[in-house]
Amino acid sequence: MQTNFSLTALADAHVSESEKILRACVHCGFCTATCPTYLLLGDEADSPRGRIYLIKDMLEEEKPATPQVVEHIDRCLTCLSCMTTCPSGVHYMHLVDHARAHIARTYTRPLPDRLLRGMLAKVLPFPGRLRLALRVATVSRPIRKWLANLPGGAQLAAMIELSSSFKRRRPTRRLPGATVDRPRGRVALLSGCAQQVLGQNINEAAIRLLTRHGIEVVQPIDEGCCGALVQHLGYESRALDAARHNVDVWTREIENGGLDAIVVTTSGCGTVIKDYGFLLRNDNAYAQKAARISALARDITEFLHELPLQDGVRTTGQVVAYHSACSMQHGQQVRDQPKSLLRRMGFVVREVPEGHICCGSAGTYNVLQPEIANRLRARKVTNIEKVKPQIIASGNLGCITQIGAGTRIPVVHTVELVDWAMGGPLPDVLEGCLG
Amino acid sequence: MSKIRFTEPNREILARRDSIINDLTRLVDPAGLITSTDECRAYETDALTAYRKMPLAVVLPKTTEEVSAVLKYCHDTGVKVVPRGAGTSLAGGAIPSEDAVVLGLSKMNRVLAVNYDDRFIRVEAGVTNLSVTAVVAENGFFYAPDPSSQLACTIGGNIANNSGGAHCLKYGVTTNNLLGVRMVLIDGSIIDLGGDYLDSAGLDLLGLVVGSEGQLGIVTEATLRILKSAEGARPVLFGFPSCEGAGKAVADVIAAGIIPVAIEYMDKAAIEICEAFAKAGYPLDVEALLIVEVEGSDAEMDATLADITAIARANGATTVRESRSAIETAAIWKGRKSAFGATGRVADYLCMDGTVPTGKLSYVLAEISKIVQRHGLRVANVFHAGDGNMHPLILYNANDPSQQSKAEAAGDDILRLCVEVGGCLTGEHGVGIEKRDLMRYQFDDADLVQQIRVRAAFDPRWLLNTDKVFPLDFRCQG
Ligand SMILES: Cc1cc2nc3c(=O)[nH]c(=O)nc-3n(C[C@H](O)[C@H](O)[C@H](O)COP(=O)(O)OP(=O)(O)OC[C@H]3O[C@@H](n4cnc5c(N)ncnc54)[C@H](O)[C@@H]3O)c2cc1C
Ligand code: SF4
Ligand code: SF4
Repeated sequence: MQTNFSLTALADAHVSESEKILRACVHCGFCTATCPTYLLLGDEADSPRGRIYLIKDMLEEEKPATPQVVEHIDRCLTCLSCMTTCPSGVHYMHLVDHARAHIARTYTRPLPDRLLRGMLAKVLPFPGRLRLALRVATVSRPIRKWLANLPGGAQLAAMIELSSSFKRRRPTRRLPGATVDRPRGRVALLSGCAQQVLGQNINEAAIRLLTRHGIEVVQPIDEGCCGALVQHLGYESRALDAARHNVDVWTREIENGGLDAIVVTTSGCGTVIKDYGFLLRNDNAYAQKAARISALARDITEFLHELPLQDGVRTTGQVVAYHSACSMQHGQQVRDQPKSLLRRMGFVVREVPEGHICCGSAGTYNVLQPEIANRLRARKVTNIEKVKPQIIASGNLGCITQIGAGTRIPVVHTVELVDWAMGGPLPDVLEGCLG
Repeated sequence: MSKIRFTEPNREILARRDSIINDLTRLVDPAGLITSTDECRAYETDALTAYRKMPLAVVLPKTTEEVSAVLKYCHDTGVKVVPRGAGTSLAGGAIPSEDAVVLGLSKMNRVLAVNYDDRFIRVEAGVTNLSVTAVVAENGFFYAPDPSSQLACTIGGNIANNSGGAHCLKYGVTTNNLLGVRMVLIDGSIIDLGGDYLDSAGLDLLGLVVGSEGQLGIVTEATLRILKSAEGARPVLFGFPSCEGAGKAVADVIAAGIIPVAIEYMDKAAIEICEAFAKAGYPLDVEALLIVEVEGSDAEMDATLADITAIARANGATTVRESRSAIETAAIWKGRKSAFGATGRVADYLCMDGTVPTGKLSYVLAEISKIVQRHGLRVANVFHAGDGNMHPLILYNANDPSQQSKAEAAGDDILRLCVEVGGCLTGEHGVGIEKRDLMRYQFDDADLVQQIRVRAAFDPRWLLNTDKVFPLDFRCQG
C-alpha cells in the first residue's frame, strides 16, 4: 500500500519499521474474515485492515490519537489471528505495539480508564500485590452489581467476576527449581507473575514432567514479569525494562551452567519473550543478548515434543477439547505439538469448531472490554460444548480462567493432563470428574 | 499520478452534511452510523488502494427495512449511495465519493434458511462466500463459485460483480448459481427476483441484476444453489519449460472438450511468490505451472488425468505431480488463492482482469511481457486459464508516482490487447472506476446507450454508485 511519511518522520526507527509493515499491506481484506471483533461488530474500523489504515493515517500525519482511533485500537484483542491469515506477511503485532505506544504518548484517557489501567499495570505483574487484590476482590463480590453502575465500574465488576473462577485453584508461593542426577539438559522455567499466584499447579506439573525426563529446572529468584501485560497497556518503556531485566537474569544463567531452553507454560508470555530480540533491536547493549534469549524460548509443549518422551502410566481415553490460545497458535504458530502430546498420552483429542477465534481473555482484555469479551466467551463455550468433551485443555492461564468462568466442564492446562497421565497427581479441578 | 478522474462533489450536498447525518440517525441504529473523520477514513477505499475518497457518512444497517429507509431518504433528498460488501473489489467498485453515503452490508451476515432437499441456502448479502460453504460442508454440500478472495468477500459483492473463481470452469460463475434475491430499489421499494429454483417465471431480471455493480439496487438477501461435493478431487501440478507450452496445453485441453474442475496458471514469478508463502511444493525449476483439478470416482479421475497428461506432455510438460494428501491439496489451493496477497511481500501491484479466447492465451502472454517491459516494469501472471480469464499483476512501487502512471498505462495497453484479440475488459472483477474509461473501447455508443437506459429504468437519478462503470461524460446521453 502506498504510504506518505515525511523523511524526518522516517528517521525515527519505530516509524520506519512501521512504514515497512504498512507497505506490505495490500488492503486485500482477507484478515477481516478471521478477526473476532469484525465478526461481532461488522465495522471496518474494528477489523485488522481498518485498524492498520487508521494507524497509518495517525502515524503519517504525526497526529495525536483521537478518541475514535483509541476506541478501535482498544477493542483489538491482540489475538494475532490476522497475522496467521495475512498472505502478505504484515506484522500487525509490531504495528499495533507502536500504535499503542503512540496512544500512550499523545492521548489522555478519561480518569476512570487511566486509574484502572494504572492499577492493572501496578498489580498484575507483582505476585504479592495480586494476592492482596484477589482477597479484596473476594470480599467485594457482594457489591459488584452496584459497582457496575459507576463510571468505569463495569470493568471492576468484570474483574471481581473473573476472580471468582479462581476459587478452585489454590494460591501458592513461588517454586524453587529442581535438580536431577546426571541431567540430560538444563532449562529455565518462567515462573510467570499471575501464574505464580493463580496457577502454581501448572508449573509444578511442568517441573515434574521435565525432571522425569532428566531435565534440570532453574527458576531464577530475581526473574520478573515478561512485560506482556504492560506492553499491551501501552507502557512501552516499562515493557522494555522488564525485557532487559529478564535478559540479564537468563543471560547470567546461560553463563553459569548453560541453558538449553527457556521454557514457558503461559503462551501469552512466550510470544513476548520470543519477541525480545525485536523489542530490544535498537539497544546496542542488549540487542544481541536479547536475540539469544528469544532464540532459546520454547513453549513447554514444543520442548517436550522434541524429547524422547516416556509412555503414560494411567488409563486415559477421556475426550479432551483442545483450545489453542491465540498466543499459541497465532503468536507462536505452535499448533500440533500440544495435541500430539495429548494423543500420545491416550486422550481422545477433539478440534473445536472456529478454533482460530479468540475466547476473549487476551491478557487484560476481559477486564477492559468486558462486553466483547463476554460475547466471545459465550461463542467459544458454545463451540467447545458442540464436541462434547469431558475435559478442556489449553496452554494459557488467561484462557483457562476465561473459559472456566463460562462452562461447567473442567478446564486444565495441557501439561497438567500430560503429567497426570505419566503418573503425576490428578489436577484439583478434575477431582470427581473422571468417573 | 492518479489518472482516474472523480467528479466534483455536489457542494449543495456537502453543505447539508450535518442535517443529512441528523436525519440518518433516525433511520438506522446508532451503532450503524459512522460520521467521524477517523472512522469514515476506514471506508475511503477498497482493494484498489491507489484511489481514495472520503465518504459523507457510512451506514451499516442490520435489516432490509433499514436499507429501504436509508435508500428512500437518499432518493428523496438526492444523496448518492455507494453499496459496499467487504471492500475487496479490485476495480474500485466500493470506493465512495465525498457527496455519497456508503451503505455497508457487513452487519447483515445471518444465514436465513438451509434446504437440503431442494438444495438451496438463503443468506443475507453480507455473509462471506466461504462461510456459505462452511455452513453446508458438514452435510457434504458446497457453494460452487470460489473467488480467491472467498474468505472475505460477500455474496452481495459477488452478485454485483458476477464473481468467479478457480472451480467455475466446471460449475459456472455466480450467475449460474444464484436462484433469487431480495433487493431494495433506490426509492426504497423492496422486490424479490427469482425464487428457490433455477429459471423462475417472468422476465429474467435476476440475470440483469447479476453483474450490475450495485447500480440497479442493493441486494439484501440471496438464495443460492448448493451442490453435493464430488466423491473425490485431486489437483495435479504440471510444470512447463515455457509459457507458450503451458498456454497451448490449456487451449488443447479445452479444444478436446475436456472440462476439469479447474485449470489455473502461474508463471515463474508467481510460482516463487506463492511457494514462499504456502510451501505447497510447486516446482521452482519451470517457467510456467498449471494446477489442474479433476474430480469424481478414482476411475473417472484416472481416465481424465491420463488424457490431460498426454496433452501436457505433448506440449512439453516436464513435471507432473499429483497431490498425495488432503494437507497437500489444501496447501496447493492456499498458495493459489493467496497469490495476490502474497505478491504484496515483493511489490505493489495492479491486478488486471481481461478475458481472452483460450486459443489466444500463448500469444497474449507473450505480448503482455512485451508491453510491461516496454513500460519498464515487471509482471507476474496467475489466473483462471481454463476460462481464459487473465490476471497479469503489474508490479510497481506505489510510492513512486512515475511508476504508478507507467503501471496504469501498461494496464490499459493490456486490456486493449484483450479486446483486440476478441476478449473483454473484465472477466470477473467488474468495471468499477478502474476500467470505466475503457468501456468505449469495448462497446460502441449504441451498446452503451442501451445499457444506460436499463440502468436509468432502475435508478433514474443516477444515485447508486454514480461514478462507476459508464464513462463520466456518457450519462447525459442516456
Ligand atoms: C486478493 C483478491 C483476490 C480476488 N480474487 C477474485 C477471484 O478469484 N474472482 C473474482 O471474481 N474476484 C476476485 N476478487 C475481487 C473481489 O473479491 C470480488 O469482486 C468480490 O465479489 C467483491 O466482493 P465484496 O463483498 O468485497 O464487494 P465490494 O468490494 O465491497 O463491492 C464490490 C462491488 O459490489 C457492489 N456491492 C457490494 N455489495 C452489494 C450489495 N449487497 N448490493 C449491491 N451492490 C453491492 C459495490 O458497490 C461494488 O461495486 C479478488 C479480490 C482480491 C482482493
Ligand atoms: S490480509 Fe494482510 S495484506 Fe490483506 S488487508 Fe489484511 S493485513 Fe493487509
Ligand atoms: S489482533 Fe485479533 S482483534 Fe486485533 S485486529 Fe488482529 S485479528 Fe482483530
